[in-house]
Amino acid sequence: MKINLKIWRQKDKRSKGEFCDYILEEVNQDMSFLEMLDMLNNILVKKGERAVEFDHDCREGICGQCGMMINGIAHGPLKNTTTCQLHMREFKDGDTIYIEPFKATAFPIVRDLKVDRSSLDRIIASGGYISVDTGQAPEANSIPVTYHEAETAFDAAACIGCGACVASCKNSSAALFTGAKITHLARLPQGDKETAARTLTMVDQMEQEGFGHCSNTEACQVECPEDISVLTIARMNYEYNRARVLFKK
Amino acid sequence: MSTITQTKVPEGPLAEKWSMYKASSKLVSPNNRKKLEVIVVGTGLAGASAAASLAEMGYNVKSFCFQDSARRAHSVAAQGGVNAAKNYRNDGDSVYRMFHDTIKGGDFRAREANTYRLAECSASIIDQAVAQGVPFGREYGGYLRNRSFGGVQVSRTFYARGQTGQQLLLGSYQALMRQQKAGKVQLYARHEMLDLVLIEGKARGIIARNLDTGEIERHGAHTVVLATGGFGKIYYLSTLAMGCNASAIWRAHRKGAFMANPSWTQIHPTCLPQSGEYQSKLTLMSESLRNDGRIWVPMDKDEIRAPGEVPEEERDYYLERKYPAFGNLAPRDIASRAAKEQIDLGKGVGNLKNAVYLDFARALKEYGKDVIVERYGNLFNMYLKITGIDAYKEPMKISPAAHFSMGGLWVDYELMTSIPGLFAIGEANFSDHGANRLGANSLLQACVDGYFVLPYTLQNYLADEIKTPKTETVHPAFAEAEQNVRAQLEKFLDCKGTRTADDFHKELGKELYDKCGLLRTKQGLEEAIQNIRRIRTEFAEDLIIPGRADEVNSELEKAGRVGDYMELAELMCIDALHREESCGAHFREEHQTAEGEAKRDDENFSYSAAWEWTGDSSAPVLNKEPLIFETVSPSVRSYK
Repeated sequence: MKINLKIWRQKDKRSKGEFCDYILEEVNQDMSFLEMLDMLNNILVKKGERAVEFDHDCREGICGQCGMMINGIAHGPLKNTTTCQLHMREFKDGDTIYIEPFKATAFPIVRDLKVDRSSLDRIIASGGYISVDTGQAPEANSIPVTYHEAETAFDAAACIGCGACVASCKNSSAALFTGAKITHLARLPQGDKETAARTLTMVDQMEQEGFGHCSNTEACQVECPEDISVLTIARMNYEYNRARVLFKK
Repeated sequence: MSTITQTKVPEGPLAEKWSMYKASSKLVSPNNRKKLEVIVVGTGLAGASAAASLAEMGYNVKSFCFQDSARRAHSVAAQGGVNAAKNYRNDGDSVYRMFHDTIKGGDFRAREANTYRLAECSASIIDQAVAQGVPFGREYGGYLRNRSFGGVQVSRTFYARGQTGQQLLLGSYQALMRQQKAGKVQLYARHEMLDLVLIEGKARGIIARNLDTGEIERHGAHTVVLATGGFGKIYYLSTLAMGCNASAIWRAHRKGAFMANPSWTQIHPTCLPQSGEYQSKLTLMSESLRNDGRIWVPMDKDEIRAPGEVPEEERDYYLERKYPAFGNLAPRDIASRAAKEQIDLGKGVGNLKNAVYLDFARALKEYGKDVIVERYGNLFNMYLKITGIDAYKEPMKISPAAHFSMGGLWVDYELMTSIPGLFAIGEANFSDHGANRLGANSLLQACVDGYFVLPYTLQNYLADEIKTPKTETVHPAFAEAEQNVRAQLEKFLDCKGTRTADDFHKELGKELYDKCGLLRTKQGLEEAIQNIRRIRTEFAEDLIIPGRADEVNSELEKAGRVGDYMELAELMCIDALHREESCGAHFREEHQTAEGEAKRDDENFSYSAAWEWTGDSSAPVLNKEPLIFETVSPSVRSYK
C-alpha cells in the first residue's frame, strides 16, 4: 500500500525543526511501524540523505526505548501498544501519517524523533529503590507477600519508562511514571519501610526536572502501553500528603 | 596451538571449591577501595548488578551503555524466569541436581567448577531480588511460586508473569541508580565502547563514542569489566534487540582476549516465524508456554484445513512421540532441531510453511481461560499484536530463531579473560552453559556473575593494584587507540558506495542461518567462509553512510557493528568446521546417531576451543582448554 509520511526533522536541540514529506509506495500491511521507517531510511541512505533518527531497541514492547507521536497520539492509534508493536495493518492505503517526537520541556530533542529522557532516570535515582546492599537479603520466603500484594505491585512495576504518559499530558506531567514506582514499592512489605522519604524526594525531583503538575485528565493511562492505572497517582498523592504530615526529617 | 592449563579452578571437592576460593582470596580494605576505579561496560543484569555491588563496596565505578537509559539493556526482554535450587516444591531438587541438569543440558561441554558455582549461588539470587522488590509470582498464602522449564524434571523456575527479565533488571537498575545518587557510580548512557586500552599488557581503559554528540572519549580505570551480552544479532533475524552487538568483545578479542566456542549459538524453538523480507526481528515467545502448550504438525504435508479442523489422530505431537520423558519440555537445541526436521519434511504450517503449531486447546479445556490468562496473558497479547491472531482460539505458529550465545570471551574461574585485568561476565563470556543453555539459566548466570562472583574475584585482582596510581588518559596507548577508532569511522564515511549497513548485515545473517545455524556440514561451512570473505570485501568497498562522525549518526553506529560481525562470522564458521562432532547446539550432519541425535566425540573434542587473534581474521590460532570431569561422567544425553 501507499503511505504518505510527514516526519518532524530537527538537526539538534537548538535548531528549528520542520515537517518533511516522504512517500512510500510498497508498504506491506504485516510490517511493523518501525520496519516501515527502516524501509524509508534504507531508501534515504541510498540516495545519500540522512536517515531519520529515532529511538528503538528490543522491538518487542518491553525496553521502552521507542516512542513517537503518531498522528498526534503517543505510540499511535492502538491502545496499550508501543510504537514497535504497532503494525501497518492499522493503516489504509493512501493514508497520511504525521510523525513527531515526544515533546516536553523535560525531554529535550536530540535529533529528529530522538529525545533525551534522562530526567526519568534522575527521578528513579532520587529514591525509586529499596535501600538494600548486595548480600544483606534474608531468605526469600521469610517475608511472605500475599498473592494480591504481589499482583498489584506488579501492575505498577510493569512501567517500561517510555515517557508516553508525559508526552500525552497537556502539562507534561510525569505523575504516572513516578506514581507507578512509588506504588510498586509501597505495595510490598520490604519496600514500604521507605515510602515516606521516597515519595518526598521523588516528587521533589519530578518538579525540579520541569515536569508539570497532574490535573487528573487521565490521558496518560489511556496512552500507556502497560495500562498503568491512574490510581498510582492517587497513591502518590496520598503518600505525599501522609509524609508531609507524619514524616519529620 | 597450545593447551590452556591456567583456569584457576581451586583444588578440592567440587562442592567446596567456591567456599575455599572465597575463604582464601585476597581482600582490599575499605580505605583502598575508594582509590580504585572500575569500568563496567553494559548495564544489563550482569553489568548493572556488578556495577551496583562494586559501588556498594566502595569502588569508584564508571558504567557505560549504548541505550538511552541503563534500564533498557536487553535482559529486560527475558520472559519466562530464573532458576534457583531452593527446593521449595520438595520435589527432589538440590544444588547437585541443578548442576547436573545444567552440565548435562550443555552436553558435557562446560567447566564443572563454574557450572557448580552457578547452581550453588542460585538460591541467594532469589533472596536478593525479593529484597529489592521484584514482584515474583506468589501463592495465595504469600510464598513464592515455581514452574518448570525445558530439560529438567523439577519446578525450580521463579517468575514474574512473563516479564521476569524486566523485573530483575529493574531491581539491579534501581540499585545502580541508588549508587549513582550516592556518587559512587558515574553513568554514561548513549556511549558505545569502541576500543580497549592496554597499558603494559593490562586492561586500563576504553575508548568510547558519545552517540549523542559523536565525541570520542578516553576513560581510564584500574580494571575493565565487559558485560555486553550476546551476539545472536549477527544472524540479523534474531530474538535480540536491534542494538545488541559483539563490538566490545570483538575489539577486546583483537587486543588479545581469546574467543571461546564462538559458533555455539542457541536457536530458540518458540519464536514467531518470518513473514517477509522487510522483517527486522523474530520475537521470542517464552519457553514457559511449553509447560501448557503442545507442539504439533499435521501428519499430511499437504494438509490445508485450519488447525482446529485437523482431527487428533491426524496430528503428530512429535516431541511427545520422540521424547516421552520430557515431551514438550525437551531442551531447546533438541526442540529446535525437531521443529526444523518437520519443516524440512514439508510439514511446516503457515503461508511460508516455516512454522509448527503450539496449541493450548487442551490446557484451556483443563484449566479454563482465566488460569491461562494469568499465566501467559501478556504473551498471548503480544502474539495478537504482532500477528493479528487470537491464540485463545487457534494455535500459535512458532519457529526456531537465533537467540543466545553460549560462546563468548574465554574466562578463567575468576571470570578474567586472557588479558590481565579484563573481566567478562554474563552472556559476554563463554563460561557456564557448555554447548546448550537451559531455559531460565541466562538471567541466573547474569545475576550470579554480577552480584556474587565478580565482587570476590575482581577484588582478588585489585588487591595487587592498590599501589597503581589512577590511570592517566594522556598515555600514548590511549592516543593510539583513539586514533584507530577515528580512522575507522572516517573510512566508513569515505567509502561512499551504494549499499547500506543493513543490506550487508542481512546478507551475512542469511549465510550464517543457512550454513552455520541449526544444521552444519563441512561443505556448507567451507562455502560460508568463502562467501563471508566476499561479503566482507564488498562491505569495505561498497558501503554508504551519509552524514558525519561528530553528530548523531545511527547508520555509522551500525557500520561499526556490522564491520565486526564480518570478522566474527568467519571465526564462527572456522570454529564450527574444526569441531568434527555434534554437541548441544552444534549439530554437524556428518556426526549423528542412527536416530538422528547428536553424536559427541569425547575422545577428541572434550575441550573448549579458545581462539586467539593473529591480525588476520582468516587465520586464528586455536588454544584448547581440556574439560576435566572429576565429578560427573559424561554420558549420552538422553531425554527419551
